[in-house]
Amino acid sequence: MGARHRARGAHARQRPQSRPLRKAGAAYLFVLPALVAFGVFVFYPLVKTAYLGFFTSPPAPNLPSHYVGLTQYRAVLSSSDFLDSLWRTVQFVLYTVPAGIVLGIGLAMLANQRLAGIRIFRTIYSSTVATSAAVAAVIFFTLLNPQVGLLSYWLGRKGGSGVLQSSSLALPAVSVVTIWQNIGFTFILMSAALQSVPDDLLEAARVDGASSWLRFRSVTIPLLSPMIFFTTIVGVIGGFQSFGQIDILTQGGPNNHTLLLIYDLYQQAFKYDNTGYAAVLSVALFGILLLLTFMQFWFFQRRVFYAR
Amino acid sequence: MRAEHRNARPYEERHVKGTFALRRPVRRIARYALLVGMAVVVAFPIYITVVNALLPSAQIGARPPILFPTHPQWGSFRAAFSEAHLGIYLRNSAIVTIGITAAQLITSVLAAYAFVFLRFPARRVIFMVCIATLMVPLEATILPNYRTIEMLGWYNTFPALIVPFVGSGIGIFLFRQAFLGLPRDLRDAATLDGYGHLRFLTRVVLPLNRPVTAAFGIYAFLTAWNQYLWPLLVTQTNSVRTVQIGLRQLSISNFNQLDVVFAGTVLGALPIFVLLFVFQRQLVRGLTAGALKG
Repeated sequence: MGARHRARGAHARQRPQSRPLRKAGAAYLFVLPALVAFGVFVFYPLVKTAYLGFFTSPPAPNLPSHYVGLTQYRAVLSSSDFLDSLWRTVQFVLYTVPAGIVLGIGLAMLANQRLAGIRIFRTIYSSTVATSAAVAAVIFFTLLNPQVGLLSYWLGRKGGSGVLQSSSLALPAVSVVTIWQNIGFTFILMSAALQSVPDDLLEAARVDGASSWLRFRSVTIPLLSPMIFFTTIVGVIGGFQSFGQIDILTQGGPNNHTLLLIYDLYQQAFKYDNTGYAAVLSVALFGILLLLTFMQFWFFQRRVFYAR
Repeated sequence: MRAEHRNARPYEERHVKGTFALRRPVRRIARYALLVGMAVVVAFPIYITVVNALLPSAQIGARPPILFPTHPQWGSFRAAFSEAHLGIYLRNSAIVTIGITAAQLITSVLAAYAFVFLRFPARRVIFMVCIATLMVPLEATILPNYRTIEMLGWYNTFPALIVPFVGSGIGIFLFRQAFLGLPRDLRDAATLDGYGHLRFLTRVVLPLNRPVTAAFGIYAFLTAWNQYLWPLLVTQTNSVRTVQIGLRQLSISNFNQLDVVFAGTVLGALPIFVLLFVFQRQLVRGLTAGALKG
């Protein structure tokens, strides 16, 4: 990378070899606050979590925990409970990410027209970026309330069982809330990408007789693809970390139908005191997110490279 | 750059007008209809929340539903602010969020400065260690971190909400990238002028990097404000609960006073909406940069 060379150059130049020790001292002082924070609250707990996975939690709080080595990892990771919550999380990601991206691109295309008052629409489309998972969840929790909720009423579900209490509809409902909450973010990213699509390229395609659909498919989409990839990875990572909306809307219910990996981890750790089990889930989640983050870094480096 | 693109338009419009003069108004109306339709879908949940906050509790469940408050009741906001504790939650969120943002800015700027302008043994390794934290999600560390907080006697205190997040890998990364772009002779010139590191950092480097500072500041603020899992774990009383956890409490406990729930939701969301409108540009930049961590 060019940056690296430049950095090296900068240091080669400003290398007055006097007072090297004092200089190093200052440098360590500068990086120390961040390093201490990382050591205590990132690296130590990461190692400790992996270590906790070697011990089974005692049936009662005051009994000692047992060292079982990798046995617990093997048992938990092959258990149907884990595979179920993993599959549910994958489903949740499949419900939320593609739909969110399609909607985001659609809204960005809509708002990319040159029409009077288009700024108002841009502001509205990006507005949900200001809602947190908790805000979105509380809004929809009331809207989906079987007694007074407006959406329940319009869906013809007044009284009786609500959408969030239905084993088949709860996960789709949580997904819709998540899509809605993320739409502003996706819209902003897609709009930014869309504005960098050169008009002359589209114009050239038009002169060549390409229909608007063909122009969209063969010019716009390929040029958007880096952003689509980026948004996909960010969305998948976000999906695996989605917690607030589950906690407020369903608490993993009904009958575990919205029990995503992260919520399972939370319940095992802080409701059932099943530390060993939760530690294994933590490590699994870490592994999955690590893989996704690597994909993201790989992408980001390429993008930085192209940008130069 | 964008201005250039705009120049391409008149040609296209002439072109379209010449061929489809009659269809043009129809198309325009169709476009607006689509725009408005999508705007209604996106904005409706927010709109109806505001409306319901202004309706008397009894009217909220009315059928057919009331979609516009003819006699707005502002009392629900007062009730949400004081009786439903939104005032305290907002104060707590402000303390925690400003604390985290300020700490992350300071630690990240200092570390990035050292990585770019100072030479010291193991510089590269230490930088890699900082970047590696980007790959460790909070969820993988909550078990031991919770114990650490308990051990320190910080359970249900502000330090528990702030201190675990004073370092930021993404912040170090972004500031380092920005600092690397500064002219190389800058430090030499400053040294000749007798500037020490801190003075050079605060008087020269930071003023030259306002955009990245604003972008990262907003990103850090939003991320800290929206935190849910960790504040849920380490808080127990309203005196330290943040807005996100407050909203959870609200939806659990106040359901017989629906207008207060709605008003509380509006109050809880309001600060970030204001932030969005004031700092729209920086927010976009912060989000695209910060999305790196997800």
